[in-house]
Amino acid sequence: MTQKPISTGSEWTFPLIQEYDRVISQIAQEYRLDTYPNQIEIISSEQMMDAYSSIGMPLGYHHWSYGKQFLQTQQNYQRGFMGLAYEIVINSSPCIAYLMEENTMPMQALVIAHACYGHNSFFKNNYLFKTWTDATAIIDYLVFAKQYVTQCEERYGVREVERILDSCHALQNYGVDRYKRPSPISAAEELSRQEEREAYQQQQVNLLWRTIPVAEGKETQQERRTFPSEPQENILYFIEKNAPLLEPWQRELVRIVRKLAQYFYPQRQTQVMNEGWASFWHYTLMNEMYNRGYITEGFMMEFLASHSAVVYQPPYDSKFYSGLNPYALGFNIYRDVKRICEHPTDEDREWFPDLAGKDWLDTLHFAMENFKDESFIQQFLSPKVMRDMHLFAVYDDEDESEYEISAIHDEQGYRKLRAMLAEQYNLSMREPNIQVVDVNLRGDRSLTLRHTRHNNVPLDKDAEKVLKHVHRLWGFDVHLESCQGDEVRQRLHMPPQDMTPEQALEEGLRYV
Amino acid sequence: MMNSYVIDRRLNGKNKSAVNRRRFLERYRKHIKKAVNEAVNKRSITDMEHGESISIPSEDISEPVFGHGRGGQRNIINPGNKEFRSGDRIRKPQGGGGGKGQGSGDASDSGEGLDDFTFNITQDEFLEFLFEDLELPNLVRKELKEMSDHVYRHAGFSSQGVPNRINIVRSLRNAHARRIALSGKSRRRLKQLKVLVEQEHEKDEALRDAHSLLAWREEIERLDQKIRRMPFIDDFDLRFNRNERVPVPSNAAVMFCLMDVSGSMTQNTKDMAKRFFLLLYLFLRRNYEKIEVVFIRHHTSAKEVDEEEFFYSRETGGTIVSSALKMMGDVISERYPANAWNIYAAQASDGDNWNDDSPQCRELLAKAIMPLVQYYSYIEITPRDHQALWHAYEDVQSAFPEQFAMEQIIDPSDIYPVFRQLFQRKTT
Repeated sequence: MTQKPISTGSEWTFPLIQEYDRVISQIAQEYRLDTYPNQIEIISSEQMMDAYSSIGMPLGYHHWSYGKQFLQTQQNYQRGFMGLAYEIVINSSPCIAYLMEENTMPMQALVIAHACYGHNSFFKNNYLFKTWTDATAIIDYLVFAKQYVTQCEERYGVREVERILDSCHALQNYGVDRYKRPSPISAAEELSRQEEREAYQQQQVNLLWRTIPVAEGKETQQERRTFPSEPQENILYFIEKNAPLLEPWQRELVRIVRKLAQYFYPQRQTQVMNEGWASFWHYTLMNEMYNRGYITEGFMMEFLASHSAVVYQPPYDSKFYSGLNPYALGFNIYRDVKRICEHPTDEDREWFPDLAGKDWLDTLHFAMENFKDESFIQQFLSPKVMRDMHLFAVYDDEDESEYEISAIHDEQGYRKLRAMLAEQYNLSMREPNIQVVDVNLRGDRSLTLRHTRHNNVPLDKDAEKVLKHVHRLWGFDVHLESCQGDEVRQRLHMPPQDMTPEQALEEGLRYV
Repeated sequence: MMNSYVIDRRLNGKNKSAVNRRRFLERYRKHIKKAVNEAVNKRSITDMEHGESISIPSEDISEPVFGHGRGGQRNIINPGNKEFRSGDRIRKPQGGGGGKGQGSGDASDSGEGLDDFTFNITQDEFLEFLFEDLELPNLVRKELKEMSDHVYRHAGFSSQGVPNRINIVRSLRNAHARRIALSGKSRRRLKQLKVLVEQEHEKDEALRDAHSLLAWREEIERLDQKIRRMPFIDDFDLRFNRNERVPVPSNAAVMFCLMDVSGSMTQNTKDMAKRFFLLLYLFLRRNYEKIEVVFIRHHTSAKEVDEEEFFYSRETGGTIVSSALKMMGDVISERYPANAWNIYAAQASDGDNWNDDSPQCRELLAKAIMPLVQYYSYIEITPRDHQALWHAYEDVQSAFPEQFAMEQIIDPSDIYPVFRQLFQRKTT
């Protein structure tokens, strides 16, 4: 049976997009790609820039930083420094995908396969997304957040709201419980409970800070109560619940930033997996369409040109190099897992006894659903991919004048390389580990944060600026101690403390 | 079957980011203003038609987050190995704590962008920032930014319009015509009936046909009412004055920039003067289609120069203001006959003049120049006391209060008052 190609020209039309979507959807179903309904929106490049600067959110509250983002995108685009992404896709139900009107028909088809079936199925089935986000509620929550921020601006002034949001943004990577599972957000609930919560929260805070004198003898005997009793990793949550001076509306703003950070948390942890998955599927689906005669050779040529640009990994010494390309890494791993299942070699049998010879589709779905970048790499990065990508590890010790090549893609290096790469994608390694350890309840109400160093890597010089923001939210003195093991290597204070010359010298010596 | 919806969003607004953009500009107003001021100094005064690219040091607009600094020990994975073996050692690049060598592509150096953050502002925004310094009133700002000028000209009549544009004469004339046309038959009949009734009345009382008479009277009554019921004025009688927006037929203007470039004028003073000339230029551009600018600089003798030389070349020596005025007079009579050109002049100086020259200046201005020009503005950029030139000009001002403005200027916000009269005359 010969199939007539769906289209031959490069111009797209709405009926053509629908037809391609129908065919792709059919094939995707054969591969058991389970997705939210798709909402494909055609937009202009200006609208794409808008979408860019609001992190793809269809509606966000107003903030100058999005304006900055917009200006930057606009500048780069108009000067031709960069092209715009072909698509943006939003983890919501229905799953919204933006397609640019400038794209050719083959590009639109690629994007539909990539976003509407690749990313979409990932959003719906990966365990992190399932536990951390509620795709049906996000749009409503965004509406709620936007309205709330606008109301606050009307009532308290743009400047005041901006100050709080600035500070929250500085801490937004610390607004997530990494180990506890949160309850998914829902706008209706948020709205109905918000006022109730305001009153209740304020009451709680007041209890903590109650200043009614306790009988005197009692207090001196009482041991100093440490609060919090356990270190708290979710700094924003801690501030929302305990900062002594915040007004109820300010707490609500902290909460909004925290909730949105939570929504993006899975994305930050599944970059390689998610992009790799989408790339794997646009590649597979397009090839399948070609095999069945839905698309022409010319179409395929254009597709392959775009595809190879997307999954290209420049070598470390190229001027285009800017770290590992998550599309390339993820795509290579998924492809190789498929290969291992279908055509295992002796090496694969030794390394992946569980995978060799299994059904590749089952294995791939399993891999997509149950891992995050860190564990995915640890579990599925094969020696062949390491060889093909010529991966190598460089050891950098600040005390040494030389770098050392600590592992390369050879027999001795595979395991080490894989473990190190997995660690590189461990979010808690990528971001400094900073937790709330103490609040001085009886004294100056100061807040102490502790940075636990990993391999003695210090904080960068932004830390002091971030501390200013913490200070703004907390309202009293804030201290940050940076520790390697039990030893405090650096202390920061906000407001800065005047040091005696000896202290300053000692402090200075730490960094020599 | 999965269902997908395809939606065309292209018609939706594209300026979703406008608010955020404005907030950003608001927040970094100080930086932008500084950049605008620098740009004004670099630009030609006739070159205000486009926006400006603004750079802000990235440091100032960074959004800080906790991140890893340099130092400690770390392993970084890179692709594309060619010749390295395990255990190879490579010297670190010298300087700058490791520099930007291989392996530093970590997330940690995000806070250290060295490039400035660069973006564009539009012409409107550019002028807005410029005007802010000059403290222009809002009305004037708006006027200056609007490029083309229009007036409403009468252009016939239309049957539709707003009530305040009703043309009463035309409407009533229409109504009258309509009433005549529509009631013609009735009135003709009425006339006939009246004649008949009269004829009957002329007959002897006994011969009168009482029956017909009654019928006629009734008919007369009926027709009278019918005519009276006819609307005095109706919707379709109305005529409205129709106006059309037509561009102002603008003619040519020439602007003379006169500046003292003797040694006592510093670059700072000249920059201030530049804003003064610029403002006049913007005003003229709004009112005239064709503008020529003549730059005359002077110390002891005057010279016509191009803009670059006017603002940026340095001269030394004494000051004779009348030389420039004389030259201006000559240029006018040679190239810009007053009946074909609107002549505007702006003069900037620090007030120095050779003492014996000031009376001459007064004479020249009052006799030869003021009768020809539309407006003459003079600024004295100095914090010091006035000298003879100022007093001579004061005489001129009292002789031509409508056309002559002068002001002492210490900072840019003092410039606008010089033009107040000029703008007021136009905006009212």
